[in-house]
Amino acid sequence: MSAVVAEHDHHDHEHEHHGPEKGILRWIITTNHKDIGTLYLLFALVMFFVGGTMALVIRAELFEPGLQFVDPNFFNSMTTMHALVMVFGAVMPAFVGLANWQIPMMIGAPDMALPRMNNMSFWMLVAGVLLIASTLFMEGGAPAAGWTFYPPLVMQTGKAFPFAIFAVHLLGVSSIMGAINIIATIFNMRAPGMTLMKMPLFVWTWLITAFLLIAIMPVFAGAVTMLLTDRFFNTSFFNAAGGGDPVLYQHIFWFFGHPEVYVMILPTFGVASTIIPVFARKPLFGYSSMVYATAAIAFLSFIVWAHHMYSVGLPIAGELYFMYATMLIAIPTGVKVFNWTATMWKGSMTFETPMLFSIAFVVLFTMGGFTGLMMSVAPVDFQYHDTYFIVAHFHYTLVPASIFILMAAGYFWLPKWTGHMYNERIGKLHFWLSVVSVNILFFPQHFLGLAGMPRRIPDYAVQFADWNMVSSIGAFMYGFSQLLFVYIVIDTIKGGTGEKVTDEVWEDASKHGLEWTLPSPPPYHTFTTPPEIIPTEHVG
Amino acid sequence: MSTNTAYYIPHKAVWPVLATAGLMLTLAGFANYLNGSSIGPGMMATGFVVFIAMLGAWFALQASESEAGMYNHSVGISYRMGMMWFIFSEVMFFAVFFGALWYTRNISVPWLGESGFLSGPGRSTHDVLWPAYQAVWPTNGPANVGGHFEPMGAFGLPFLNTLLLLSSGVTCTWAHHGLLAKKRDQLMKGLLATVALGFLFVACQAIEYHEAYTEMGLTLGSGVYGSTFFMLTGFHGLHVCIGAIILSVVLFRSWRGHFTPENHFAFEAAAWYWHFVDVVWLGLFIFVYLL
Repeated sequence: MSAVVAEHDHHDHEHEHHGPEKGILRWIITTNHKDIGTLYLLFALVMFFVGGTMALVIRAELFEPGLQFVDPNFFNSMTTMHALVMVFGAVMPAFVGLANWQIPMMIGAPDMALPRMNNMSFWMLVAGVLLIASTLFMEGGAPAAGWTFYPPLVMQTGKAFPFAIFAVHLLGVSSIMGAINIIATIFNMRAPGMTLMKMPLFVWTWLITAFLLIAIMPVFAGAVTMLLTDRFFNTSFFNAAGGGDPVLYQHIFWFFGHPEVYVMILPTFGVASTIIPVFARKPLFGYSSMVYATAAIAFLSFIVWAHHMYSVGLPIAGELYFMYATMLIAIPTGVKVFNWTATMWKGSMTFETPMLFSIAFVVLFTMGGFTGLMMSVAPVDFQYHDTYFIVAHFHYTLVPASIFILMAAGYFWLPKWTGHMYNERIGKLHFWLSVVSVNILFFPQHFLGLAGMPRRIPDYAVQFADWNMVSSIGAFMYGFSQLLFVYIVIDTIKGGTGEKVTDEVWEDASKHGLEWTLPSPPPYHTFTTPPEIIPTEHVG
Repeated sequence: MSTNTAYYIPHKAVWPVLATAGLMLTLAGFANYLNGSSIGPGMMATGFVVFIAMLGAWFALQASESEAGMYNHSVGISYRMGMMWFIFSEVMFFAVFFGALWYTRNISVPWLGESGFLSGPGRSTHDVLWPAYQAVWPTNGPANVGGHFEPMGAFGLPFLNTLLLLSSGVTCTWAHHGLLAKKRDQLMKGLLATVALGFLFVACQAIEYHEAYTEMGLTLGSGVYGSTFFMLTGFHGLHVCIGAIILSVVLFRSWRGHFTPENHFAFEAAAWYWHFVDVVWLGLFIFVYLL
């Protein structure tokens, strides 16, 4: 690993252009992958709390039956905006931030392939989120028809309607540009010898995710464009009187929407596959099967969309096809869970905070996967559809999965990024509070859903009162526990425990990835010349 | 830094963030306009001017850096990959509208027109709301939305347009051969012909739309036929305009002496985009006009 060089050896006049700018301008016009990664991550963290606050409004209203705090339309705006903010403002940008920081370091590149576009895709994200956030203050309120924007309900949206649609366009352009950049970086910027099948799994999962994004974001843009023209320009795409069909919207939306949920989970798998081997002190079990399983999940995600629409009135052949196709996803996903478990098997494990979050992810994501399997059965889904059961299901796959892994990634890489060690005791406290409260929050929602409580409803029958109260208590516990993470991030940036971390940070981490051979913190431009030695740990 | 052994890293630039601000202003202005607010059009125009000016400045910077020899082979590959996957995203955008056309013609309209045990789940809509409706294509739906209209035929202007675009693909390739053979004259003539054919196509489409609106009763509001017809051909026409503008910039740069047989990413990107627009048109001609 000695070939990795830290110092800048520019031999021309460009040298001064390549350091960071001074002051705020550094962050506005930056083309540096680390700066942009930091911007994405901090933006995502802020949005996590914005979206979380909306979730707490929802849980406060549902604490008891009856209408307490907010009027029903605002409640519906909260469910809609919570989803949009969390999906497009928090989870996706957080993973793009990790991609920006890690991919160039992991493949031995100096930066992303298209740095100026990288800058633009971040600011497009901010523009899109500003546009959607502005609708909260408009006549008629923010969109309240659910993040899926189903017509004809969504046509009742007030002044917010065109703003929400253009926000989707901006977010789509942002994601497509980010994805193109990631693909160009991975295909074109790998160090010599870094063959595709030697890439760290995080890089692999992001490569596949980027293809998903390029394929689906234009589809969503097309769908909302049709909504816009139906509302303002007299088209009849979703109007049966004119020969259209509202169900067409649902088909298009879920053709986007199902791969979209995998956009949020595949990089999660990648980070888990990066962290678990380090703390199990073993190479990842079944590296190539992990790659193929990721590709298989991505492929399947395009041919299962109508499992979100079982109760809409599909022909029976359609119900059967989508049911069996959906069940197939359990196979590659099972391969992954098996491989993570096998990686830990007989490993010499230690349980630092990133590992704790990763193990909780493996267990709790598997539960979320199993409830998904339950709902893949079309006749059974008629009972579960649009109840709190689905809310419990997808929150298990997003909160103790994607969000937990994002937290794990934060603890895992913060020492590398900052050169400082975080406070392990507070980190563990954060973990235990999170893992307990997240189950208090979401587990009872399974019971509520099976008992028939509908989702997206501000009031409910009294028989649902007990478990709603439990769920709300869990929500507030979980929400406030996350402030510990903010404290840790700030504390670590400012010096953390004061302990100077090594280049490896974690014991023998340099066997697992190129980023651990760099200094902590790494230089502004990661590799100025291609590193010549690459790890062979994954082979076999 | 532009050697093949070291990596190339571009300068920072203010244009991306300013272009984003311009685009955001444009869209916010458009949204205000749609909501009937008087500040909409001005906001939209201002934003659009900013957006275009900033994109222009950005591309001018890229062009001058390229001509200064700052981009090595590896940068060229990154740019080509970027363009390739951008075009793929455009393919997916058109796929949505083609998919909507397919779904409407083969699923939702037949369901609306059927009754009986074996028909689709749209049966109750047919039985309860519009029992007299017969599924045919083209249609403006059971409620005759937009009133009587004549569908657009394939032969006539659309066929002429097919010929125009196919010839423009040939002239574009001819120009590329000229560039590779260092025949500046052939490059310029080929590009000029391509741009001219492109704008001629747009003019023909404008005449076609004018006829549809004034003589055939066919509008964007003519039920689902009018919706799919105008959205598909309209978005395509917009892409022809964009492609022709890109080619005009390439023509201008050729006139200024830019591009060499080894270094001409902008030309290639424009040509790829143009062929993509061409292929989309063939799809439109078959599925919207012919069938």
